[in-house]
Amino acid sequence: MSGQHPSTAHATPSFPWQYVIGFILSLVLTVIPLWLVLDHVWKPTPLVIGILLCAVLQIFVQLFMFMHFTHGDGNGPAYQTVILSIGFFFAIIFIGASIWIMSFGYQVQ
Amino acid sequence: MTTTAHAPAENHHGAGHIHVDYPDRPVEYQTEDGALKILGFWVFLATDLILFSCLFATFIVLRSHVDGGPTGKELFDIPSFVAETFILLTSSFTGGLATFEMHRDKRNRVVGWLIVTVLLGLSFVGLEVKEFVHMAMDGATLQRSAFLSAFFTLVGTHGCHVSLGILWMTGIIIQLVRFGINPITARKVFIVNMYWHFLDVVWVFLFTVVYLMGVM
Amino acid sequence: MNPIPHWGIFITEPMILGSDVMIVLVSVAIVFALTKFRKWGWLWREWLTTVDHKKIGIMYLIAALLMLFRGGVDAELMRTQLALPNMTFLDAEHYDEIFTTHGTIMILFMAMPFIFAMFNIAVPLQIGARDVAYPYLNAISFWMFFLGALLLNISFVIGGSPDAGWTSYPPLSELGFSNGPGENYYLLALSISGIGSIATGINFLVTILKMRAPGMTLWRMPLFTWSVLAACILILFAFPALTVALALLLLDRALGAHFFTILHGGDPMMFINLFWIWGHPEVYIVILPAFGIFSEVISTFSKKATFGYGSMVFALMAISIVGFLTWVHHFFTMGSGADVNTFFAIATMVIAIPTGVKVFNWLFTMYRGRIRMSLPMMWAIAFIPCFAIGGATGVMLAVAPADYQYHNSYFLIAHFHQVLIGGTVFGMLAGMYYWWPKMFGFLLNERLGRWAFWFFNIGFYVCFLPQYALGFMGMTRRIYTYPSGLGWTVPNFISTIGAYLMGIGFVFMVWQIIYSIKYGERDLTGDPWDGRTLEWSLPSPAPHYNFATIPTIQGRDAWWLAKQGELSKADFLPAKDELKPIHMPKNSGRPFILSLWFFVLGLGLTFGVVPMDVIAGIGIAYCLFRRSFEYDTDYYIPVDEVIHTESALGRLQG
Repeated sequence: MSGQHPSTAHATPSFPWQYVIGFILSLVLTVIPLWLVLDHVWKPTPLVIGILLCAVLQIFVQLFMFMHFTHGDGNGPAYQTVILSIGFFFAIIFIGASIWIMSFGYQVQ
Repeated sequence: MTTTAHAPAENHHGAGHIHVDYPDRPVEYQTEDGALKILGFWVFLATDLILFSCLFATFIVLRSHVDGGPTGKELFDIPSFVAETFILLTSSFTGGLATFEMHRDKRNRVVGWLIVTVLLGLSFVGLEVKEFVHMAMDGATLQRSAFLSAFFTLVGTHGCHVSLGILWMTGIIIQLVRFGINPITARKVFIVNMYWHFLDVVWVFLFTVVYLMGVM
Repeated sequence: MNPIPHWGIFITEPMILGSDVMIVLVSVAIVFALTKFRKWGWLWREWLTTVDHKKIGIMYLIAALLMLFRGGVDAELMRTQLALPNMTFLDAEHYDEIFTTHGTIMILFMAMPFIFAMFNIAVPLQIGARDVAYPYLNAISFWMFFLGALLLNISFVIGGSPDAGWTSYPPLSELGFSNGPGENYYLLALSISGIGSIATGINFLVTILKMRAPGMTLWRMPLFTWSVLAACILILFAFPALTVALALLLLDRALGAHFFTILHGGDPMMFINLFWIWGHPEVYIVILPAFGIFSEVISTFSKKATFGYGSMVFALMAISIVGFLTWVHHFFTMGSGADVNTFFAIATMVIAIPTGVKVFNWLFTMYRGRIRMSLPMMWAIAFIPCFAIGGATGVMLAVAPADYQYHNSYFLIAHFHQVLIGGTVFGMLAGMYYWWPKMFGFLLNERLGRWAFWFFNIGFYVCFLPQYALGFMGMTRRIYTYPSGLGWTVPNFISTIGAYLMGIGFVFMVWQIIYSIKYGERDLTGDPWDGRTLEWSLPSPAPHYNFATIPTIQGRDAWWLAKQGELSKADFLPAKDELKPIHMPKNSGRPFILSLWFFVLGLGLTFGVVPMDVIAGIGIAYCLFRRSFEYDTDYYIPVDEVIHTESALGRLQG
């Protein structure tokens, strides 16, 4: 019953390097924006761009290091890469466009 | 490949009644059903992503609508949300380690890492509840202003997701202890960890957009 | 949230009292009939617990037709009230309730289940699958929809219907202005059925991506399946926005939050923004499957392959993406500014291009084809001019400065009925007539169907063309009466006559179905229309495992090619020595029970009865927990049984 055991065809390394590197990267990408905000070195606009950039990089760390984003079942394409990419596209559209559309009400407190 | 039918409970090591379609794949993908469910869960995560994006859009539009009440800068306690962030990042890592050990067929280690993940999740939820109670005691309630309605709803929806994840993971730990690692329990471990990592992604944006930009 | 209303609500109004009596009588009659003919077990085993996509599709179809009746009655009541000036047939309050339930039911509880009926009936058969990817979830989707629909429908007799319009804009829909349970019914019914819709979107997307027969590449898929794929993408990325809009409004009402209130910094416009992020893609969700049906029907009844298959696919995909970038055209008058309005106006006009491509492709498919005027083809042909007019008026509305004139006038009402009836309803009726033999094994009577067709079509134009004029004359939507002397009387009267003609058309349709159940011609071939796609290679109705052996697909419209002798027809018939045990999901009663708990939860939240919510919450959690610990979910049909079934159908080879 090979089915009961993980197959040898997908040999797993004995130390979880991928997860450890991912974890370290995620810590670094959290500390950097925290430091940028608390230290007030940058002006607001570059600061916001900087910390959002770190957050976007964090998505990639989680997706590629932890979530096996590009792995499929080996039968046909890994469709989730397409579907989630469309999802991120629409998420950005909905947030960005809502801010744009609703900006007429900025004076409302 | 088909084993004869047993109740899973009788077959301690797993594959009773499980028809393995693809023995050469990683264990979570070995049944047709498992492969379909993993893809389906990815699609579900895409819908959940849209759900959070709408909540984020609402929060960003309403974040300046404080109605003369408390602002994020006055309310957010930096050590507290930083602690929450590190706890959740660590739990995402330990959840990943559970998947790693699952691929090495180490049942007890998988269970161990999942228990660590659940405990970290509980401490995260505990800190968040404490933060919410603290704010409410200071008069910063859901009913105070549009900003606070949006804040509690956005962060609270994430907190509800985490709480649900804790219950779910606990159920899977019980199944792992009872049935061991087999294509079905492996698929469940894989999926619950996808969910958990996804919640980490959402939290990173809460940390950045709500908290860091709130105290800027 | 709201105190439990006085029980007097059941008897205050003659109209409500009448409905109460009707509901009690019909329920007693159903219970009596089921008991007398000993059908309780049959109902439970064959329907309430089924996970078979074909039966779920039939249940969706029945529900959609019932809701078409309910929404249609609402429409007739409104048109009667508006037939003449100063009518007192309905008072303002009832009129408000009725236009709200009419819109809500027609979009969410008629159009949605109708397209899901078509998804379920056709998609697995067209792609050579034995069921959908998640049959158990499919049953949950249906029951969540069904009980959500029930929750909205009981509102009229228990506590009062919602009356803030189907769009339910705050601040009118906030607690201060709508403090009865009606608005809560709306929010909860839509949330519950919305869960089902998202699950259906996931289910069919994965089914189409992963469960196609060997050899059926994406470029060999039938166009209906492509249209379902496009609609699923729309469902997945649009419905969560509705969930959020409804949930936030519920928080405002139930917990005193301030998302959309006027006080404490709330912004009602944000609801409108979120609602239409869902709302505009929603109209494409219900129209794209209709486009798919037209492609199937026109190609089959012209005996030609669809002209421009590739451009059809690109048009579907383009609509499903660009459809997400047009939502502001529902509220140009909000005044977001010229730049915002310009962007969304242009995006809206861009949509007309792929739609136009599709219309020309259908015309070119018919060109030099051998056209047969059967019922599905009649509805498909009637769609083209109807949709062309609706599309043209849509482009007129898309011109942002001009929209300030048309906004919320009867011009708009005429426009969207023209595209939703002319597009979605005609499409779904074409699909119903087309796949009816596949569902039930008999054909619908052609003669009665023609009467229905002509009454409905002529009635349609008589009803809605005058409304364009009324819009230009200044009549706005949602007014319950109007004075004489404005010149509105004649067009309104004509419009009401049209609505009655459509009603007569519907009666003919019901008569046609009842007549055909008794006297309809049996479909013994499985292929009554000389079809092109895989579902017509199966007997009607298909055996519950669909395909005894999964065929290998070697071309687009493979079944047609096989009938023409270009491919081997033997590929589509099972050979005895190739049969294997068939893996099937087991039936389960839990989807029904789980959805019942959601219904109880919805009712409890509507009236703010906390113990009811707690009990329902425990019930839901228990159902989910039991499912997680259930490992015995499937079984195998032995080869002997397959041989028996297939020989009885005369299909077995070797």
